[in-house]
Amino acid sequence: MPVDITMTDQPQRTTDDVARVQAIARRQRWEDALFHRVTQAFSLLVLAALLGIIVSLLVTAWPALRKFGVAFLWTVEWDIVNEEFGAAIAIVGTLVTSGIALLLAVPLAFGIALFLTETCPLWLRRPLGTAVELLAAVPSIIYGMFGLFVFAPLFADYVQVPLQQVLGGMPLIGWLFGGAPTGIGILTAGIILAFMILPFIAAVMRDVFEIVPGILRESAYGLGCTTWEVVRHVVLPYTQKGVVGGIMLGLGRALGETMAVTFVIGNANRMPTSLFSPGTSIASTLANEFAEAADFHLATLFALGLLLFLITFVVLALAKLMILRAEKAKGL
Amino acid sequence: MKRQFLKTIAAAAVASVTLGWSGVANAADITGAGATFPFPIYAKWAEEYKKVTGVGLNYQSIGSSGGIRQIRAKTVAFGATDAPLPGAELDKDGMVQFPAIIGGTVPIFNLDGFGKGDLRITGPVLAEMFMGKITKWNDPKIAALNPGKNLPDLAITVVHRADGSGTTFNFTDYLSAVSKEWADTVGKGASVKWGAPTAVGGKGNEGVAANVQRIKGSIGYVEYAYAKKNNIPVMQLQNRNGKFVMPDDTTFAAAAAGADWFSVPGMGISLVNQPGDNAYPIVTASFILMYKEPTNKSESAEVLKFFDWAFKNGKQMAIDLDYVPLPDKLTADIRSRVWSQINLK
Repeated sequence: MPVDITMTDQPQRTTDDVARVQAIARRQRWEDALFHRVTQAFSLLVLAALLGIIVSLLVTAWPALRKFGVAFLWTVEWDIVNEEFGAAIAIVGTLVTSGIALLLAVPLAFGIALFLTETCPLWLRRPLGTAVELLAAVPSIIYGMFGLFVFAPLFADYVQVPLQQVLGGMPLIGWLFGGAPTGIGILTAGIILAFMILPFIAAVMRDVFEIVPGILRESAYGLGCTTWEVVRHVVLPYTQKGVVGGIMLGLGRALGETMAVTFVIGNANRMPTSLFSPGTSIASTLANEFAEAADFHLATLFALGLLLFLITFVVLALAKLMILRAEKAKGL
Repeated sequence: MKRQFLKTIAAAAVASVTLGWSGVANAADITGAGATFPFPIYAKWAEEYKKVTGVGLNYQSIGSSGGIRQIRAKTVAFGATDAPLPGAELDKDGMVQFPAIIGGTVPIFNLDGFGKGDLRITGPVLAEMFMGKITKWNDPKIAALNPGKNLPDLAITVVHRADGSGTTFNFTDYLSAVSKEWADTVGKGASVKWGAPTAVGGKGNEGVAANVQRIKGSIGYVEYAYAKKNNIPVMQLQNRNGKFVMPDDTTFAAAAAGADWFSVPGMGISLVNQPGDNAYPIVTASFILMYKEPTNKSESAEVLKFFDWAFKNGKQMAIDLDYVPLPDKLTADIRSRVWSQINLK
């Protein structure tokens, strides 16, 4: 009897199973498609937002772009009362402060990352790494206040004045250290920016150095390489992309940093004549003037915003290009 | 246990949302936006007014231009601006404008051995300092005003507001009034092109004050209340009658006393460089903008009630915060000649 039941039940059960499996497969196909569409919509949202930002910037900046044309890029003028504007002062301020920040932060971050991954005793690794990450979590206004109230007075008395006395009279580079040593200006802004981007670059570098397979490292050490040789010939080539990416992340932040720069750059709409002179960056000009800008002045500020957008874009594109060329050269 | 805990949290969240919601929905709050200069007194008035009437004021101090933009977009019941709109623009937009409070701007400085009021300065000399024409503190023009004072051979560092501000408008309005060269080359505005090659900008009153207190030989300008509260040295300024006066509420009031408010459409008169022996020369009013035909009539009625109450009961609060309240004669005129133009029916 039981045999009978299984005999008669068996085929029925299989058709049931097939139907069930098919139903599951159908549902899963449907779910997969839905999942695909939903995630696709999320990614397209980013694209739409980006396009929307570009279009709205263009539209609002149009009166200024039409009036000044390309000359806006190199005109050295910022006269709100008479509505004569040029972006050169802000562009120079943005690029020079970011350049100083990179110059200072990259070697430091490189050193930190190397120490943490190659030579640091294990017990110190975690506290040091956490400290670096915490530095990244400090809000930028804190850096600004620290820069203006603590760093600037000390910097004026103990760095700017001696620098000016020693290097100010030198031919060729003396002009860099001219001007009143007030403690705020282009150089101070660059240094504060370096503080701010250091943890980002260091954290990324440390993370990419860590993914180098142990076997590669150990083989190099086995061949008798010094630590530096291992880093130079094994770790760096392996992680090049990540290192450049980390630097670009830092540069991106430096270019767009607003609050901290506004506090310490001096906010003067004049072409800086030395590292000590006050200047202005695109982001700080926007932060300062947006609230009280009207009509044409507002359009000009939007044009500045568009420029910052373009500068960031060009910098990122250049970085990608650099990586591509390096990879081609290696035959990858 | 865990589920219980989650339930409690959910209940609390729901409760807080409904409470918060009802809080928003119940109070017919008045909305306004604009100038930062009068914000402390508007906030004080609003706090007291809410205690008395239960009606709150939601004032966003986003800057004068922002206030004008917001009232034009009709997102607020009133806009507030430090620089008055010209009569033609008011007519075009169908708006009325009236002053609500008076305050002053003071030059501050940092010079070793010089305290509050130890330095005398005139408007034209001040303009030359801010233009970078006078670059040292021992310049003969400054020395001539301060006989017997030991002025150092120190460079003058100009500190100005980096952000657009009504304080800058007031200060440059004054410099334009006393110096033709200033009016021709720099002009007046919420931000201007500063001529002095040493000029640095600070963000807000606090940014200017921080830089002035830090840099030896610097000169700047801030709202009077800010300088007073923080005990920053101010100077004696020569007024139109040739007298040297210190900034305080009596000299501000003296500047506003002789003003003929209805000489300009929209009451947008400038209070700088007013005549009077005791008048301080850098004084300004802050203005309110409202529509003659408001879309939300009940809210506009509430706005008028608020300012009516503030004009009557808010004088001491204004004095405590180092502003100058409007004289009774003026507020009576505002009620009868300006508010009467607003159609609330």
